[in-house]
Amino acid sequence: MLNRIRQKLEAAFPGAKVQIADTSAGHETHNSSGAHLAVSITYKGFAGKSLLEQHQMVYAVLKEEMKEQVHALKIKTRTQ
Amino acid sequence: MNPEIKQIIEERINSSKLFLFMKGTPEDPQCGFSAQVVSILNDLGIEFASFDVLSDENIRQAIKEYANWPTIPQLYINGKFIGGCDIVRELVASGELQGLVAR
Repeated sequence: MLNRIRQKLEAAFPGAKVQIADTSAGHETHNSSGAHLAVSITYKGFAGKSLLEQHQMVYAVLKEEMKEQVHALKIKTRTQ
Repeated sequence: MNPEIKQIIEERINSSKLFLFMKGTPEDPQCGFSAQVVSILNDLGIEFASFDVLSDENIRQAIKEYANWPTIPQLYINGKFIGGCDIVRELVASGELQGLVAR
């Protein structure tokens, strides 16, 4: 799943540097609803967008995954 | 979105300067991310109202669509969606959230 998510993000944000980690460990008590992931994305296209808009762009790419497979996504966005 | 549910959501987020959709209650959060936002706001001494989405599945699904945001918690200030846990943390660190609250 991590590789597919990375591929989707790299396809959606050309030239972006994408780091992704599974941080599910420690959430065993309530992760029946999906994985906990952390993504860090450096993408020039985030420039000029608010933090909220940047995160919404990321969620839009992972819309399907967020429905079931992913319970929580920690997002860190940078423009450079 | 069902207009009745939309109206219920808007009545709630406008019922208080700060409004938090969360899992559980501020006294007994049911998710680490909801707990973090509650803790941050409490540490800043900022008052807020909240709604437990675990108590209403219709609201829980509808607010994701309403905010174009797929996760809970969701913080609203002056009726405007601000973000989830990560954004709240960043905005507090930069002082922007305190500015929004003071406005």
